[in-house]
Amino acid sequence: MPIICIVFDRLRTEEKMLQKEASGMGLDVRMLDAKTTCINTDSKKEDFDLGDVVLERCVSYFRGLHFTSCLEFMDMPVLNRFDVASTCGNKMFMTLLLKKHNIPTPKTHFAFSATGASESMEKTGYPMVIKPVIGSWGRGVMQLKDSDTADAVFEIRNVTDSPHDRIYYLQELIDRPPRDIRVITIGDSPIAAMYRRSSGGFKTNIALGADPELCEITPEMEDLASRTSRAMGGGILGIDMMEDNARGLVVHEVNNTVEFKGLARVAKQNIPQEMVKFALNFVRK
Amino acid sequence: MNCPECDATLNIPDDASVGEIISCPDCGSDFEITKKDGSNVELKQAESVGEDWGE
Repeated sequence: MPIICIVFDRLRTEEKMLQKEASGMGLDVRMLDAKTTCINTDSKKEDFDLGDVVLERCVSYFRGLHFTSCLEFMDMPVLNRFDVASTCGNKMFMTLLLKKHNIPTPKTHFAFSATGASESMEKTGYPMVIKPVIGSWGRGVMQLKDSDTADAVFEIRNVTDSPHDRIYYLQELIDRPPRDIRVITIGDSPIAAMYRRSSGGFKTNIALGADPELCEITPEMEDLASRTSRAMGGGILGIDMMEDNARGLVVHEVNNTVEFKGLARVAKQNIPQEMVKFALNFVRK
Repeated sequence: MNCPECDATLNIPDDASVGEIISCPDCGSDFEITKKDGSNVELKQAESVGEDWGE
């Protein structure tokens, strides 16, 4: 019987759901805390209790990414793969790859200093949306409605410690209904979707209180989600789309370690079970 | 078990696992379960939310 390993750094509802589903399918499950695991350049996968395949589920992007690098070094099959995690965790890399693959995505400008960002804004005009290239749950995502706001934000970004704050990701503000769509794909196939309705502001993150509502997957969503997943390199993804009133669906984000507890409550499909099944097939390939 | 921060009573479910976060209902401090052997539970201060946290 195959053994599945779930790597975590904070045991959330999602990891417990995955553990329960895998156990229910008769699999042996190993739970491995990345925070207490040490690996070196002589490490072999046999040195650890990793089983046959790993689901990397760290809440910390950098911890999960670097841990994945070590797992792949030891020839351990891991979902998602390092290159997928690396791309999806950085909004700039992700946006560039979307555009490269002709996936409709909001027009985004990149600048590499506060001065460059100000010059970019003078050309594009207002409003625009600034997003940190690394980060989630809507943190640091702000509307730049005028030059005073932009100058203030750029000034703050210029004195913070994070080197990623020197990278300016400036995106057009999409004219859309006050909601977005989260599609979960497993192996390039969309398995469930939800609307995330804004709870007042322009952000639609569930972590900020947006209201989830089951969404029927249309053929357009299915095609777009599948193409996006293939562009990113596949695996288990959370693809976020907006309904642009002018252009139709646009993909604005692809998430690597997808959170699904809200959607799992209302989805017809058993999301954690589908993830475990995919992991088993992944190792058999 | 009592909260290491404010001494309030912590409610730790029987099915709680190592790695899970327990929040104190009184002071709001978060603790991670580091060891669990029956009713013997060891806690440590949970990590605070990092800049790179999330999906």
